Amino acid sequence: MADESRINISNAGEIVTARQQGRMLAVQLGFDGSELTVIATAISEIARNILEHAKDGEVVISQCYHRRKCGICVVARDFGPGITDIDQAMQYGYSTHKGLGIGLPGTKLLMDEFHIVSVVGEGTTVTMKKWRH
Amino acid sequence: MQVPILKQGNYLIASVQSALSDDDLRLLRADLSDRVGRFRSTGVIIDVTALDVIDSFATRTLQSVAQMLKLRGAYTVIVGIRPDVAFVMVQLGLTLADVGAALDLEEALANLNLRRRNLHEHRVMHIGEAGGGSRAAGAPSPPPLSRAHRRRDKDEQPRSGHASPRSVEHGR
Ligand SMILES: Nc1ncnc2c1ncn2[C@@H]1O[C@H](COP(=O)(O)OP(=O)(O)O)[C@@H](O)[C@H]1O
Ligand SMILES: [Mg+2]
Repeated sequence: MADESRINISNAGEIVTARQQGRMLAVQLGFDGSELTVIATAISEIARNILEHAKDGEVVISQCYHRRKCGICVVARDFGPGITDIDQAMQYGYSTHKGLGIGLPGTKLLMDEFHIVSVVGEGTTVTMKKWRH
Repeated sequence: MQVPILKQGNYLIASVQSALSDDDLRLLRADLSDRVGRFRSTGVIIDVTALDVIDSFATRTLQSVAQMLKLRGAYTVIVGIRPDVAFVMVQLGLTLADVGAALDLEEALANLNLRRRNLHEHRVMHIGEAGGGSRAAGAPSPPPLSRAHRRRDKDEQPRSGHASPRSVEHGR
């Protein structure tokens, strides 16, 4: 398997593909069972956001290194409407679409690193990492 | 992918095969709601053993299915949430209100049978539950009297054959 997989997100089936790919790479990197579910859930939330809030985009999953640490890196990118107030969007329970508003804050909690960049009218990019311990 | 729904006695069992799309879920909700009316099911078991992830979307959807079924007079039990999945759900603060949970199908059936018996005792005090207690959990016991019979017993309403929503006061 390649070190990087790129999954287009434009329907619900592709969300499943993305989290399966993430799980596969995480297995290869030596993550254990419960960490695999954590990673797959984070990918699912963030891919769901692409579909729900931006219609389409992509998820890129790769391995990453820092010093002697090894981990998995997930980048979710879309050219959708962007987020006006990121602080608000990151609040637990905040949703503009009658969702549970748990996706962004929850994903941040699940992963070791979480960055979100969004420009209104241009799109949103979420970059997140989980290190193998 | 469509969710297969099995009828077992008074209950329906839906086995979610893989990750559900929005359309699958809408279909499942409509299907279950329809069958609960048609078969007068008092309980619905949703088996999620095959789900490797239950995220906020899936939770919200399961919740809405259960709420809809509650209004149709059926109680929902979710079966087979994996330990890892439960762990993540707790971390995310995801909860399912008004929904039962069981480790496996047998426990879910026992749970529904017990619930049914309790409700039955509350509703129809003068009819005994003959033999209800001795049955195995795996096989849902048939009601001592048919549902329609019990209804007539209580409120003397003529029942039409087709599925009309049951009145809410008989729900839970
Ligand atoms: N990719 C995105 N593009 C545009 N807006 C987004 C995106 N992701 C999240 N948002 C905004 O942030 C809010 C919070 O997201 P989230 O925590 O996942 O909750 P939910 O998806 O349930 O609404 C969303 O309601 C939406 O307004
Ligand atoms: Mg979301």
